[in-house]
Amino acid sequence: MSLSALRVTVAVFPGSNCDRDMMVAIEKLAGRRPALVWHKESSLDATDLVIIPGGFSYGDYLRCGALAARSPIMEAVLDHAARGGAVMGVCNGFQILLETGLLPGVLVENAGLKYVCRNTCVEVVGGTASPFTDGLETGQRMIIPVAHNEGNYFASDEDLQRLEDNGQIAFRYADSDIVGPSNPNGAARDIAGIVSPNGRVMGMMPHPERAISPELGSADGATLLTACLEALSA
Amino acid sequence: MQVIVNISLKYGVLDPQGRAIGRSLTDLGFQEVGDVRVGKRITLEIDETDASRARQRVARMCETLLANTVIEDYEIEIDEGEDA
Repeated sequence: MSLSALRVTVAVFPGSNCDRDMMVAIEKLAGRRPALVWHKESSLDATDLVIIPGGFSYGDYLRCGALAARSPIMEAVLDHAARGGAVMGVCNGFQILLETGLLPGVLVENAGLKYVCRNTCVEVVGGTASPFTDGLETGQRMIIPVAHNEGNYFASDEDLQRLEDNGQIAFRYADSDIVGPSNPNGAARDIAGIVSPNGRVMGMMPHPERAISPELGSADGATLLTACLEALSA
Repeated sequence: MQVIVNISLKYGVLDPQGRAIGRSLTDLGFQEVGDVRVGKRITLEIDETDASRARQRVARMCETLLANTVIEDYEIEIDEGEDA
């Protein structure tokens, strides 16, 4: 399949604010505009990748991502994932995926109690086969920004160990001369992103769609997204 | 019937907000303050007269949505005096 034949869907919730950036990034990199689907829809048209974008779905009420995770469209996303469909959540999208239980753990308030908006150095860990990391080198480092108040990844010790043992840690924050100290939020084991046991569902806090050209400070997000899109169209 | 749900962080889960509040209280001269934990209280008005049925339903609500049991515990309080 060519890249432009890949069908990408971006879910939109009330309060999503990275849906358009993600759409622009995917259109630029894949050559085809993704479909946007509203949270009240209860089914998805045939799609190769569903992206849950960043933002403040439902105003972050109750807990970040909690209400979005129970919305009609997420039922359809859960079905898509159960059939082995690829799902990617960024920032609030990651929080939503954790609230659905598709991925283990939870994102709690940043250890510094402050909203953090800055570049981070993201290192590829990987391990288990996954379209989200297979096209990247283990140890490869990318400059990708974060922007969040609840990005502090937490899980039970058993879950953390399982993630390590199964190679489900996709990305870690790493120290870098360019962006300074690594972990921006206190996340356990410096976790920036994880994948499901079958590698088909990935959630990450950093925003690759905000780093798609040197004019934005980094084009490393384009590298990450292109690698995903290529792996999914292979 | 009114049902109150108290949601608290599980023991062992870091509570940065509670810690900041504790530090401020100490700074304000309340030296006796040790650990501080911040929780949530949700008040539900429920169309139900049987307390044990209400408790069962609200427990389901907690498990389904109100609490994230990875990090949170919940307690259900029912004021029987409020029965219709």
